[in-house]
Amino acid sequence: MNTTTVMAWRNIWRNPRRTILTMLAIAFGAALLVFSVGFQLGQYDLMISNSVRVYQGLLQVQREGYQEEPKLRTSIENAIEVAKQVRDSSSFAGVSTRANGFALLSSEQRTYGVAITGVEPNHEKQVSTIPGLVKQGRYLDQITANELVIGASLAKNMRLKLGDEVTLLGTGRDGSVAAAILPVVGIFESGSRDLDRSLVQIPLQTFQEIFAMGTHAHSIVIFDERIDQVALFQQHISSLLPNEGLTTLRWDQVQPGLKEMIELDYSSGWFTYFILVAIITFSIMNTFLMAVLERTREFGIMLALGFKPFSIGKMLIIEAFFLTLIALLFGTALGLAVNTYFYFYGLSIEGMEEMAAMFNMPSVITPQISLKSITMGPLVILGFTLLAALYPALKIRRLEPVEAMRHV
Amino acid sequence: MSNAMLLFSLAWRNLWRNRRRTLLILFAIVLGGWAMIVMAAFMRGMVMQVFDDTIENLTGHIQIHHPGYLDDPVIDYNFSIGPDLEKVLSDSAIAHWASRIRIPAVVASERESVGVMLLGIDPDREAKLSFLEESVVEGKYFSSDEEKGIIIGKKLADRLETQLGRRVVLMSQDRTNQLRDGGFRIVGIFDAPLEMTELSWVFLTRKQAAEFVALGDQLSEISIRLKEPENSEALSIKMSDSLKNLDVKSWHKVDPFLKVMVEVYDSSAIIWHLIVFLAMAFGIVNTMLMAVFERTREFGLFIALGLKPRFILGQVWLEGILLILVGLAVANLVSWLTVLATGDGIDVSAFARGMEMIQMSNIIPFVITQKDLVIANVTVIVLGVLTGLYPAWKASRLVPADALTRV
Repeated sequence: MNTTTVMAWRNIWRNPRRTILTMLAIAFGAALLVFSVGFQLGQYDLMISNSVRVYQGLLQVQREGYQEEPKLRTSIENAIEVAKQVRDSSSFAGVSTRANGFALLSSEQRTYGVAITGVEPNHEKQVSTIPGLVKQGRYLDQITANELVIGASLAKNMRLKLGDEVTLLGTGRDGSVAAAILPVVGIFESGSRDLDRSLVQIPLQTFQEIFAMGTHAHSIVIFDERIDQVALFQQHISSLLPNEGLTTLRWDQVQPGLKEMIELDYSSGWFTYFILVAIITFSIMNTFLMAVLERTREFGIMLALGFKPFSIGKMLIIEAFFLTLIALLFGTALGLAVNTYFYFYGLSIEGMEEMAAMFNMPSVITPQISLKSITMGPLVILGFTLLAALYPALKIRRLEPVEAMRHV
Repeated sequence: MSNAMLLFSLAWRNLWRNRRRTLLILFAIVLGGWAMIVMAAFMRGMVMQVFDDTIENLTGHIQIHHPGYLDDPVIDYNFSIGPDLEKVLSDSAIAHWASRIRIPAVVASERESVGVMLLGIDPDREAKLSFLEESVVEGKYFSSDEEKGIIIGKKLADRLETQLGRRVVLMSQDRTNQLRDGGFRIVGIFDAPLEMTELSWVFLTRKQAAEFVALGDQLSEISIRLKEPENSEALSIKMSDSLKNLDVKSWHKVDPFLKVMVEVYDSSAIIWHLIVFLAMAFGIVNTMLMAVFERTREFGLFIALGLKPRFILGQVWLEGILLILVGLAVANLVSWLTVLATGDGIDVSAFARGMEMIQMSNIIPFVITQKDLVIANVTVIVLGVLTGLYPAWKASRLVPADALTRV
């Protein structure tokens, strides 16, 4: 260690109370930022994996234009073949084909207009959690079977029990009447209000027959745990597709609302963090400034002894750096400890269940613990405090040794 | 009295002995106060907007239904206006009310069909209650009960690939569980802040709707707007007592989510105030302590001259309080200017689809309510006064002889 560093270290302990108070302010800020950034990112992770896992998949192949206006005619030809190609080309956790239509669904007592989805029963299990959430009966079995599974809330509204028959009436792809009578073989409860209230699934080939779709379907849903590699997957799948107006969409393109909601929350989060850091910086700047002003005489003597203003400035910056670093270490450790606790036990906010269920958000939040979530906040504080220390350090250059020594 | 004046002017002058230091910490306090008030105003604006939108979006302050309807909104659960209900509806606290038929239906064009909620409304009454009349952007709103035709949302028209003047087919169950269908000409297209609204509601006059599903004079719903929204809960209980076989609910119950949201925002505002204050408090204490310690000799001299320690405590304490009050006053002023400058609110349409997901529209106004202002200011003053006590107490504990000899 050189002299400047040693002097800087000793200087910060010349007034322990002031140093500790300043450190507390910085540590408090750091702990708070680590805590909230961790939870914020953790919540986003859960929201994304929830929606990706439950139904929407990580990627979807669709015909161009289907995402904006989901119409029966905007479909993929030979969809099952295309899905098979994607499935064989790589080791995705799941690839499954879906077709979506609209029909009037009538039970004995009730008629509802609902969205109907045709799925590949044996592959759907790998891309969605719905098949595993069947609470009564069983999930779809054969791809050609005449049967149907339905969400619990919709079944309740339609007064449907297991084994009841429903009449389906809609319009086929060619404009013909699409009609069928199908028995309910399973009722699922996903916990997502939207899905339980609106989702009806039938086997894909049955769907294609009823709606006169031929070999057409609307989306190929791809699921994989490796959410962070989604861009790579997107490229890979695009290169596989027969180039005829098909497009591969990432989860954030399929659900732009979810992504924008996260971005909105993220930016409003940063506004609050920025204000906190700014308030803390002003408090610290005062301490730094005082520490310099009350030492005018000392600096005068140092200058007279031949110190360069530059090395005195350097010493002041090092002082700020030491002080901030120690405080950040404590603050980050504290924030991390709190987050580690909640990482294992989860944080549930009372009264939030209602809100959570409505927006398909988890009601128990666990923080994200990653290099990003831990270092982001403290690094911003370090940057700001060093900036705050720069001002007094620069002031040294204007000191005249003789005048400064006379200063009381 | 003159003592207090002396104390006050001494404290004020002391505050400005080191102008730069005082200004720096003042800046921190102003920034903190501003952040508290403006954030609270932003959150309040968000809540108020969702509240107003929901109330305008057919919810009203109080709703009356058949007891089975809310759980299972179908045609079977209907009621009519009897003498009891008529009497309740003439209550002077009620500003407006409207009756509706509200049942699930399917609307189809030549190309597409979509599941919707069909509303049969009284044009005159509904206009005073909900968003519809002013939201019709193409064609026009119903001018009388006798008018024929249907009003649908813009997004729904796109989805159905249809337009003003074309016909759509409605299908719904009638009272005998028979499926009815009928053609209606589109006479109006409405534009609502939320796409979901445009996509999921279609409007007929109540007369047409009643004919369509053979409902006669029966209703699905009465929605009520009060003169004073605060009375919703109390009045709904009172009405409930005189309408034994009907279900009367205030918006708190019809939309429990809205209630949760109001509560969550209230408590998060206070948490935000506390966090900001804590961040400021370290700076305030530090600055005050510095001010005290560099005046050690001065305080020693005071005490040696016979001044009571509590006089010193009072003086330093007063300095701290003055600091906070000045900072807070500026913060209030700046917040007020911020709100004035933003006018109608902040445009967050860059996140339009995200806002849609949390059911909010794209412009969020800043709303400063008296209550929020009081909460923010009181938080800072109370906590600030307590914080200032520490350096003041430190100052009063100085021992004269030591203090005098210290440089």
